[in-house]
Amino acid sequence: MADLSRTAAIVGVAESDEIGTVPNKSSLQHHMEAAANALDDAGLSKSDVDGLFTAGYSTYATGDYLGIKPRFTDSTTVGGSSFIIHIAHAIAAINAGWCEVALITHGQAGRSNRAPQPADPSLPTLQYEIPYGFIGQPINYAMGATRYMHQYGEDRTRQALAEIAVSTRKWALMNPKAAMKDPMSFDDYHNSRWIAWPFHLFDCCLVTDAGAAVVVTSAERARSAKKPPVWVLGAAESHDHLGISTMPDLTSTVSRHTGPAALGMAGLTHSDIDLAMIYDSFTYTVLITLEGLGFCGPGEGPDFVAGQRTAPGGDFPMNTSGGGLSYTHPGMYGIFLIIEAVRQLRGECGERQVPDCGISLVNGTGGALSSTGTVVLARD
Amino acid sequence: MTQQPYSKPLPTPQPESDFYWEKTREHELWLRSCNDCNQAYFYPRDLCPDCFSRNTTWVQASGRGTLHTFAIVHRAPTPAFRDDAPFVVAIVDLEEGPRMPTNLVDVEPDPSAIHVGMPVEVVFDDVTEEITLPKFKPAG
Repeated sequence: MADLSRTAAIVGVAESDEIGTVPNKSSLQHHMEAAANALDDAGLSKSDVDGLFTAGYSTYATGDYLGIKPRFTDSTTVGGSSFIIHIAHAIAAINAGWCEVALITHGQAGRSNRAPQPADPSLPTLQYEIPYGFIGQPINYAMGATRYMHQYGEDRTRQALAEIAVSTRKWALMNPKAAMKDPMSFDDYHNSRWIAWPFHLFDCCLVTDAGAAVVVTSAERARSAKKPPVWVLGAAESHDHLGISTMPDLTSTVSRHTGPAALGMAGLTHSDIDLAMIYDSFTYTVLITLEGLGFCGPGEGPDFVAGQRTAPGGDFPMNTSGGGLSYTHPGMYGIFLIIEAVRQLRGECGERQVPDCGISLVNGTGGALSSTGTVVLARD
Repeated sequence: MTQQPYSKPLPTPQPESDFYWEKTREHELWLRSCNDCNQAYFYPRDLCPDCFSRNTTWVQASGRGTLHTFAIVHRAPTPAFRDDAPFVVAIVDLEEGPRMPTNLVDVEPDPSAIHVGMPVEVVFDDVTEEITLPKFKPAG
């Protein structure tokens, strides 16, 4: 395989103008605002863009709306991890000469959308899961957490989920863009209402309106960008099922493949990582992703996150934006993980800045724990 | 007393699953099985997802299994499920090997009453004239 490590860089990142509860904006408006803001962050213009990427929508729709006619187009949609996977595809396309400036956009009025998208009844999930009420990811992921509790102990799992919810909220309080503004105590976590046992409300991500965009370009173009480039050192992607009932092991995502593959491409090990950005659709997603990526072994996640280790001041900074749990989560969240990693690597994070943040690992999870994409990012 | 019309989502049987839904209507649970690797699998399709063989058949399941995992849904995901909450979603390990999604019924929706690994058996819920959903209850 060609060595594509450090051959392309992220040069622009941005959210849409307003995120959170934004009833007066459509999903495509969020795409547009984020695209314009990210190109401005990169010091590039629409005419520079020749590669277009999105998920959920087709690039037909975003290209039409934005007035962009790409020579490389990619609408890979495998849930919230898609945008991290787009980074891998962008590197490949740039190195193949199929595009030079890749624009990845996302927009989702997850909270205020006027009509949900209809689903295809021939999908096995529609036939065999939905009639039983397997509707919405809290219910699907909760079944994963129950299985984990059975295998590794209910009390220590519960404590781990609480540690993750509480530590993530602490980071959110230092992010002005975060939806959640109030502190969360362990009691607040344990007393929050049941959504789908074993999940409390505070095990579950937010549902917001938000857009985001990322600009990736060649090493040569990156050198003349407005801000310091953030290099892509490693990238990997995979998926192993559609609905939760066909997940081979409900306690292990394909991060067990993408983590080692992305680190291997980067030529790095776990101890090199200064910042972990781990998709927190649910507290449980984080727990098993840390294990899958190899930061700890199967069943060791509860010990790994104990004692607020992932909180501000802890020795394993994680999800410093406040995550999907407390910052924003419009339905597919992965692109927001990249934005925070880039800002941390540029040193733009003010109060929540991780000192000496040189290397970040970003892992997205999509669907019903179905797909993951991992990238390893670094500053110069 | 007039029965409320069934408002929860229904499966739309597909060409490869008509037989499955015909059999559930007769209160039988049938699985697809691979003639080459002798493994039953779920959901029904014309290809063994393990060995990629298209030499497959239908076999009748015993209806017995164990609980692989579950969750107790307190917040109904759509208005149609409001009267049911709290209810139990579950994945069952069938005696023949495959796992299938279902509901656990005839049980208190309480984590102290439900245990991963508990034996369960199929029951058939005739939700409409056309559709019967196989569900599971604790084995007697």
